[in-house]
Amino acid sequence: MSKQEQHWEKSRGLLFMTLAIWFVFSIGIFLFGAEMNEVTGPFGYPLTYWFTCQGSLGIFVILIFWFANRQEKIDEEFGFSERGDD
Amino acid sequence: MIKGNFIDNLPKVYGIYTGGFLAFIIIMSIAEQMGMTAKTIGICFVAFTVAIYAIIGYLSRTAQADAYYVAGRQVPTVFNGMATAADWMSGASFVAMAGGIYFKGYGYMALLVGWTGGYVLVASLLAPYLRKFGCYTVPDFIGTRYGGNLTRFLAVVVLTVASFTYVTAQINATGTIASVALDIPFQYAVYVGLVSILLCSMLGGMRGVTWTQVAQYIVLIIAYLLPVFWISNKMGAGFFPHFMLADEVSRIAELEAQFGFVKNSAENLKEVPKGLAGITKAHSAVNATPWAFISLALAMMMGTASLPHVMMRYFTTPSVKAARKSVGWSLFFIFLLYSSAPMLATLSKLSLIDPSLPTGIIGKSISEVQSIDWYQNWNQANLMFVSDFNGNGTLELNEFFMGGKAVVLATPEIAGLPYVISGLVAAGGMAAAMSTADGLILAIANAISHDVYYKIIDPKAETAKRLVVARVLLVVIGFAGATIAAMEIQGILGSVIWAFDFAMSGLFFPLVLGVWWKRANREGAIAGMALGLISGAGYLIWVRNGGSGFLGITQLTFGIFGSAVSLVAMVVVSLMTSAPSAATQRMVDEVRVPSGKSILGKQH
Repeated sequence: MSKQEQHWEKSRGLLFMTLAIWFVFSIGIFLFGAEMNEVTGPFGYPLTYWFTCQGSLGIFVILIFWFANRQEKIDEEFGFSERGDD
Repeated sequence: MIKGNFIDNLPKVYGIYTGGFLAFIIIMSIAEQMGMTAKTIGICFVAFTVAIYAIIGYLSRTAQADAYYVAGRQVPTVFNGMATAADWMSGASFVAMAGGIYFKGYGYMALLVGWTGGYVLVASLLAPYLRKFGCYTVPDFIGTRYGGNLTRFLAVVVLTVASFTYVTAQINATGTIASVALDIPFQYAVYVGLVSILLCSMLGGMRGVTWTQVAQYIVLIIAYLLPVFWISNKMGAGFFPHFMLADEVSRIAELEAQFGFVKNSAENLKEVPKGLAGITKAHSAVNATPWAFISLALAMMMGTASLPHVMMRYFTTPSVKAARKSVGWSLFFIFLLYSSAPMLATLSKLSLIDPSLPTGIIGKSISEVQSIDWYQNWNQANLMFVSDFNGNGTLELNEFFMGGKAVVLATPEIAGLPYVISGLVAAGGMAAAMSTADGLILAIANAISHDVYYKIIDPKAETAKRLVVARVLLVVIGFAGATIAAMEIQGILGSVIWAFDFAMSGLFFPLVLGVWWKRANREGAIAGMALGLISGAGYLIWVRNGGSGFLGITQLTFGIFGSAVSLVAMVVVSLMTSAPSAATQRMVDEVRVPSGKSILGKQH
């Protein structure tokens, strides 16, 4: 397998992982919205309510930065990262 | 004061700008103490901020295609994040979101999840690859990846349908705010709004829009957060509302149980002015089925990833790496406002319905409520209404009606904040609507000037001529949008949500598969875009004309149907026709690697 193919395979792996986490917090948990709302979540808000106000939103922010860092590492590993600034 | 390269000085420039804006707010509040009228304060806020944007727009003028279309590809990550956030958050987000949460509760929150979750798709599936591609516009990518003028043209059609649906709502919002703040009739105010919008984008194109959007973000975020924190502190609800409103949320649930949601008769509801609503849904309880919530969130997420005016912001970063990070910063800046909207809705609702608070009106006598100053003001503005349906003389929960905009616009006044805050909120709403309108008009005009005029009609055109065409189109499209906005047929064209559905119907899969599926070819892309858009639009028309729909797909989520058709059509047709050429496949390989030259040259 060429270097480029390996790089793409790893990038695709990262994509699937990112999309899996995304799926859980944008779709998965809301399948159980009513049940989860009975539980008290962070700062004392009902749990589902908290996810819709802050939880899911904040997780998406962190997820994107995490994804960007991991992808950068993959690019560096195969020598595909760009030189210079960001 | 400022030496050297503008880009290196950005933090300093916008630092001074922010300081200047805060100083302006303080000067205005001193002026209010000294007796300046509310109307003058409103005019000062809107005029001052719009003048600043116009100056930035003028200073960013350019005669280079690269600067006009992609701001010279040198916008740093964090600043591009701010610009995207302003581009993204429309007048509707600013003025109507808290109101939507206030009235619809959980069912509406799907939009918050959708409008943020979509950025994960932008960051992981598209933005870095399109940046590597080096295109000027979204149809530029489609046209080059799949080849042929028809693909390019179809992409322009989808882009125009989606963006135009969106832009009339934004011009409408600028007009509404300008007409209130400057006290002129709406029909003229729309054009005042349009001129302010064009001042930002005409001379500098993407470069001008970028630097005004950063300035607009700063205004709109201050204008949104300051009142939320102030009201929360004034009510004693907590100095950091986001972490401290749990008691208020449960108090609302308690009051809801105590009052109950009494259903009004159709006859009584006829009395209520159009556009006003009462509180009929629980504030924090789950009041929608999982599919209703998930389908709306999903449609908004896929729509986010297909809206060209957002995608093109990531063409302006210096590198692929920067494009990825920049998506994270965009969402961070959006998060600041979106996470505050539910808090504002909570504070607003509690201050109105809790009888134990001095501002609470439920349980008071109708005549007492009708004599409150702020009630009279907002009743006159057609945003508040009470009526004694059961004739017992006191105001019940089901007898109080409010417009969605009032949550953002009226809450500061109800909570007893000085008028300077209302002026600030008007400036914020104006900034939000202007920045989105600018991004949208530019996306349409650039697609038509670059993809239709330059790439299809006259490939030999000189840069100067291309930029003249681009600017003329900008004005024409702006006027077309304003004219339709002035006709006030909002019900038909004002739906921001439809724009997402149109975009995802026609563009989501052609874009994503263009990067992630090498086998996707021209015929497949044509089928995907055409059938996706047609079936999505057809479904919308069917449901609006009394069709029953299926699978719980409503007129707000018709993009789910459109994009499903698009995916199937694209895969089937691609597999039935021959694979893309070796050159195209090599191009896709190139796009997947961040390093090396972009596919399209610097000047193309």
